[in-house]
Amino acid sequence: MSGHHQTLALLLFSVFIAVTLAITTWVSRNRHGSAEEFYAGGRLFSPMENGFAIAGDYMSAASFLGISGLIALFGYDGMLYSVGFLVAWLVVLLLVAELVRNCGRFTLADVVAARMAERPVRIAAGTSSVTVSVLYLVAQMVGAGSLVALLLGGTSGAARSWTVIGVGALMVVYVSLGGMRATTWIQIVKAVLLMAGTVTLTVLVLVHFHGNINELLHSAAGHSGYGKDFLSPGLRYGGSWTARIDFISLGLALVLGTAGLPHILSRFYTVPTARAARRSVVWSIGLIGSFYLMTIVLGFGAAALVGTADVRESNPAGNTAVPLLAMVLGGGEGSTGGTILFAVVAAVAFATILAVVAGITLASSASVAHDLYASLKRPGGKQHSEVAVARVAAAGIGVAAIGLGLLAQDLNVAFLVGLAFAVAASANLPVLLYSLFWRNFTTRGAVWSVYGGLIPAILLVLLSPVVSGSPASLFPGADFQVFPLENPGLVSIPLGFLAGWIGTVTAGEPPDAAKHAEIEVRAMTGAGAV
Amino acid sequence: MRLDDPWDDASASGWEELDGAGGLAPARVPGPAAPRDGHSAADIYLEVQRSEAFQEVRRRYRRFVVPATVAFLVWYLAYVVTAVTAPGLMARPVAGAVNVAMVAGLGQFLTTFLLTGAYARHARLRRDRAALDLRWETQEMTRGAGR
Repeated sequence: MSGHHQTLALLLFSVFIAVTLAITTWVSRNRHGSAEEFYAGGRLFSPMENGFAIAGDYMSAASFLGISGLIALFGYDGMLYSVGFLVAWLVVLLLVAELVRNCGRFTLADVVAARMAERPVRIAAGTSSVTVSVLYLVAQMVGAGSLVALLLGGTSGAARSWTVIGVGALMVVYVSLGGMRATTWIQIVKAVLLMAGTVTLTVLVLVHFHGNINELLHSAAGHSGYGKDFLSPGLRYGGSWTARIDFISLGLALVLGTAGLPHILSRFYTVPTARAARRSVVWSIGLIGSFYLMTIVLGFGAAALVGTADVRESNPAGNTAVPLLAMVLGGGEGSTGGTILFAVVAAVAFATILAVVAGITLASSASVAHDLYASLKRPGGKQHSEVAVARVAAAGIGVAAIGLGLLAQDLNVAFLVGLAFAVAASANLPVLLYSLFWRNFTTRGAVWSVYGGLIPAILLVLLSPVVSGSPASLFPGADFQVFPLENPGLVSIPLGFLAGWIGTVTAGEPPDAAKHAEIEVRAMTGAGAV
Repeated sequence: MRLDDPWDDASASGWEELDGAGGLAPARVPGPAAPRDGHSAADIYLEVQRSEAFQEVRRRYRRFVVPATVAFLVWYLAYVVTAVTAPGLMARPVAGAVNVAMVAGLGQFLTTFLLTGAYARHARLRRDRAALDLRWETQEMTRGAGR
């Protein structure tokens, strides 16, 4: 990569940082410091604005660079990811968005605590939310470090460390100063940038093949080195039966995990009604669906125009497929067009990471302050202190994420993201669905279903080949691998549901009919919703 | 504090005539709407939950959502399981370079978009008006009720 790319890319990074800092200052100029404002942005965003913000929260760098990279490397098997990530939104739309908007205030725990004994439920749901957020956050930080270092030419350790520190510091500023309002506007700006960049590249790929999809696919198969096999399943998940079952496990975690992600759930509180929440999900499904359709074109385009071998040579995980494609589409290395397009893609990827990181930090600081701190503090604390706690928590989470991000620099990012989804699907989704739909659900069932999903998910990963027992694992020297799958979802998700059911039927406490009536009426009608 | 209530915008109610007059159940809750002394909020929520109007809203929601959820989960899992168990079937060509796997994958996108549209339409036409009426009704009843 020549110096021109770096200068231009750095310039665009700086413009984005300046614009987002301006937004943060602008929205925080006359803040009142209320919890409503900090966690939910005052609940006055329109469905379209929130739809863009949801899409911005969801389309992480793993989607933009990772999925198209996987398609460029493994062809059709990469496409299975985009399908899972999109179909997951039907769970959110049909079962979660409207009811959660009506029942909760700021966090997942609000929904469950509305029916149950407050303290144990808040501690359980808060713990699992923070766990999911931190896993996701570290994945994004590690991704940011390696990506930016790669895009800026060097893969030196210092560049990566400074990127991680810079991203962490910026997100603390966005979140603690601007709260949900600033975070939402940053997501919207980022979603527009990302869509614009993706549309441009997709149009260029299609123009290059004169709009002939068949020719694009043939060319991709030809330049991949796999021939026809490139276009059908099996290249990545074909081999052993463990690999195949692993893929089913991942597919299950992807489709059920989205509805349990804390930073997605907190987005439904930024709109005034359940109807607006539904319409924002419809917007986001439209945006996310068209985005993933375009990443498929970009992935096959990169295989066809750059070539699978060159993509793998530049980055074994395929993360640089889209930047390389941009360079070729702009006229090749050294040309003005190539330089500009490459820098634009780098800047969009950087914007993506910053925005997603800010969204997750906000959600986890809400869990810490609103659920954990409020439950664990001594009674009689000051009334207005919760937002102050949340701002401090954002800074604390920022520092923790920087530290973990620096420690985990050599970790496989995709596995962290898959793990975050598996934990969300095992610990958060069962308790959420039971609370909303099961008449007899009890406090004990709620607590059991959270821990019954959370603990197995994490234990199974510790005992999996990801951590030990194979040359590619975290500790290649040690071998305490017992569980054969890399993704725990296939086992831990049913365990979460089962634990909730067992906890409920063995509790012996009669379910509170009045509270169930209240939550059901609230969920369906919005009566009494904040 | 709420400036324009999205429950009441024009597009929400403009299509109801198409649905036929019988499509929308009367959302009246049996019983007096005025707050009554001695009734706690819990009693009121129980009363609303038992009312025919509420049961109708809930029935309409569940009648759409339960089959739809089962259908798309089965379709998605069938897709994933087929991809790993029968790659030969998935590799069968359909037209040019496009094979069964491609068609199935794009089919997932298509069904997601279609189901999203169908759900949004169903909720708008069959549920929103009745739910909104119930909401005001309930809030009217709980006003002044002790908790």
